[in-house]
Amino acid sequence: MGFPARVGRATRDGRHTSRRSVAQLWLSTLLVAWTASATPAQQPVNHDHTRASQPSSEPSGASSLADNRFAWPSMSDIKRVLWMQDYNTRIVLWGTTTLGLAAGIAGTFLLLRKRSLLGDVVGHASLPGVAIAFLVMESGQPGNGKWLPGLLLGASIAGVAGMASTVAIRSLTRIKEDAALAITLGSFYGLGIVLFTIIQDLPTGSQAGLANFIYGSAASINQGDVGLIWRVAIVAILAAGLLFKEFGLLCFDERFAASQGWPVVLIDLILMGLVVAVCVIGLRSVGLLLVVALLIIPAAAARFWTDKLSRMTLCAAAIGVISCYVGAASSALFSRLAAGAVIVLAGSALFCVSLFVGTRRGVLVQWYTRRQLNRRIAAQHLLLAFFEIIESRAIPGSPLPSADSAVKFDELLSRRSWPASRLLDSVRIALATAVLESLSDRVYRLTALGQVAARRAARNYRLWELYLLEHADVAPAQVDRDAEQIEHVLDRTTIAELDVLLFKKYPQMDPGQPDPAPPGNRPGLLS
Amino acid sequence: MPPEPIAADASPAPPLSIHDMTVAYQRKPVIWDIDYLAPRGKLVAIVGPNGAGKSTLINAALELIPRASGRVRFFGEAYRRQRHRVGYVPQRESVDWDFPVNALDVVVMGLYRKIGWCLPVLRRHRKAALVALERVGMADYAHRQIRRLSGGQQQRVFLARALVQDADLYLMDEPFTGVDAATERAIVEILRELRSQGKTALVVHHDLQTVTEYFDEVMLLNMRLVATGPVDEVFTTENLRKTYGGRLMLLDHAGHAIAKGGS
Repeated sequence: MGFPARVGRATRDGRHTSRRSVAQLWLSTLLVAWTASATPAQQPVNHDHTRASQPSSEPSGASSLADNRFAWPSMSDIKRVLWMQDYNTRIVLWGTTTLGLAAGIAGTFLLLRKRSLLGDVVGHASLPGVAIAFLVMESGQPGNGKWLPGLLLGASIAGVAGMASTVAIRSLTRIKEDAALAITLGSFYGLGIVLFTIIQDLPTGSQAGLANFIYGSAASINQGDVGLIWRVAIVAILAAGLLFKEFGLLCFDERFAASQGWPVVLIDLILMGLVVAVCVIGLRSVGLLLVVALLIIPAAAARFWTDKLSRMTLCAAAIGVISCYVGAASSALFSRLAAGAVIVLAGSALFCVSLFVGTRRGVLVQWYTRRQLNRRIAAQHLLLAFFEIIESRAIPGSPLPSADSAVKFDELLSRRSWPASRLLDSVRIALATAVLESLSDRVYRLTALGQVAARRAARNYRLWELYLLEHADVAPAQVDRDAEQIEHVLDRTTIAELDVLLFKKYPQMDPGQPDPAPPGNRPGLLS
Repeated sequence: MPPEPIAADASPAPPLSIHDMTVAYQRKPVIWDIDYLAPRGKLVAIVGPNGAGKSTLINAALELIPRASGRVRFFGEAYRRQRHRVGYVPQRESVDWDFPVNALDVVVMGLYRKIGWCLPVLRRHRKAALVALERVGMADYAHRQIRRLSGGQQQRVFLARALVQDADLYLMDEPFTGVDAATERAIVEILRELRSQGKTALVVHHDLQTVTEYFDEVMLLNMRLVATGPVDEVFTTENLRKTYGGRLMLLDHAGHAIAKGGS
């Protein structure tokens, strides 16, 4: 197939360039595609044109392989890729998006099981497995070393071995989980790199493209590979669908699941098997360095949108599909883009969007909710201050002052310890919502609506205060001062009792009439 | 006095019988040679100092941790065969409350075993869960994400998850720890309701003052079984001294509570 990734070309140069190319490919993973538009002088690896100079039979994208410049694809190319009109693109896109779907689902449970980094261990640990499988198959019959099912089987065995070593180190010694992860991850990867160096020295030449497992290359996947990826992904999705409630229970409360007689070890093994399967089929297109991101990023992004496990799983699957589609399509359009990196970057972009605008836990939503709460509290404080000022003007024995008497800004300001700017803000909102009206500069009075609201605020406030005094034992579970009216939270008899107390303490507040008449024809604030 | 237990079935076997049970972590035994027969239709408090092995006893009985030796029978049979008749309320701290489920979802988990492998949760299961939530006074919070519940409310959700199983024996690990008074009252009410239905509850309890008020029987545990039996016979200063050692302050407190409960 076309689309040889830079990795493949780099390793074919042999050990001489391997160190340089590793460093360079690190860079290219970070900078993704745009480094590709650099001049050949900055990219010595690209001097190797052995594959590129061959006439290419691929109708889309592949024609741009021969030149090193970054070229925008034509509209017809874009259309052909996006609508999957071309057979090769179609199978690559189908395979990769199915992988994204499976990764989103498996990743959700991996994240909720708090084992995110285990995906990384599986990814890194699979490297020696790929190398050993290659060596075994190559020694059996030279030239057969790159048979994908064999390589993936090796990767799976090594991935499981990596996972098992982590668990063993953690449970048999006093080493903590994070250290156990680091130890296995590094050891297996190191072994893999050593084996790869040996493989590069072999005279067979068929090791080309093996390093695609490190960085991934969606475009160089052939039809047979896609068939395998697709089948494994479908099995993983079906397993997750069937065991959805069992996985959920295991992730939430393993101990309870065990007490109920669920075979938690077996369920855990199936779940981890699922993760290994997704990691291994992800190796080919995303690469072992980034496969953990494909698992975790969609799930982590989905958590910002919902508080429900089923929706989180669907959302993660959708994000996985979109990232993989974007990644695979761009690598088909821009031949020199590393699909794995674009897939992960697309996922990261969606994560960033979710982080900010996620409807459940997004930063903006949280900020907005907090601001609204602060505003509500400030509005209540303003009304209370108004009420208390008017109340304090009453002279014992003489008639109560009119409820709509004017109050100066400075009076309000000295009532509580609040910054003038914030008070001014609250006043502005109150003016806008017709709770207050302005008489002259910095002199306000309550409107009819405001009088009702102020009275209600004061009553609420005082009833809650009394409730806290009278029912200190149960209070913390009941008190909801943000509730618009105490009646929404407490039962009627409790409120009746509190009202009696309220009347004793504040005789001017007539009990039992929270909000009797429409604002127009009701008596004044304090009467 | 509690009413006579309703004979749910003909078998005379006690809800829980433990023979010579020893449990060890690493090399150190935590509890040893426990012999215990739980009475039917009673509320039993498991009382003892920190580290006495109260939770260990429950966990080992439920086969959540391996037993070094001993035999445990539920209703005369191995736990494996009687699981459906045993409800378990773990400690609230044992799970991550940030999990993306609501209160109703958690309660439905108590029905998963009944639903079986791979089958979906149906409307009637949700209905049953809602009834259980109503019993603990949490019906209004059914669709609230569990992180947004107070500690006491979370505890009641856990209780509802055990109730929805409709078990005959309940094992509860510190349900009264760190809950508000309203929750404490709700739990006590549920316990009494269970007893009136002839069911049994073993409750790990840390508040000595309420033992006489809430429970019929008590099991005093400090790595070994100190004493067990009806509260008014067993919950004595002498036995408490054997359980807690010489922490007199605490004992005076408990003695006071006993005196109050006895009068």
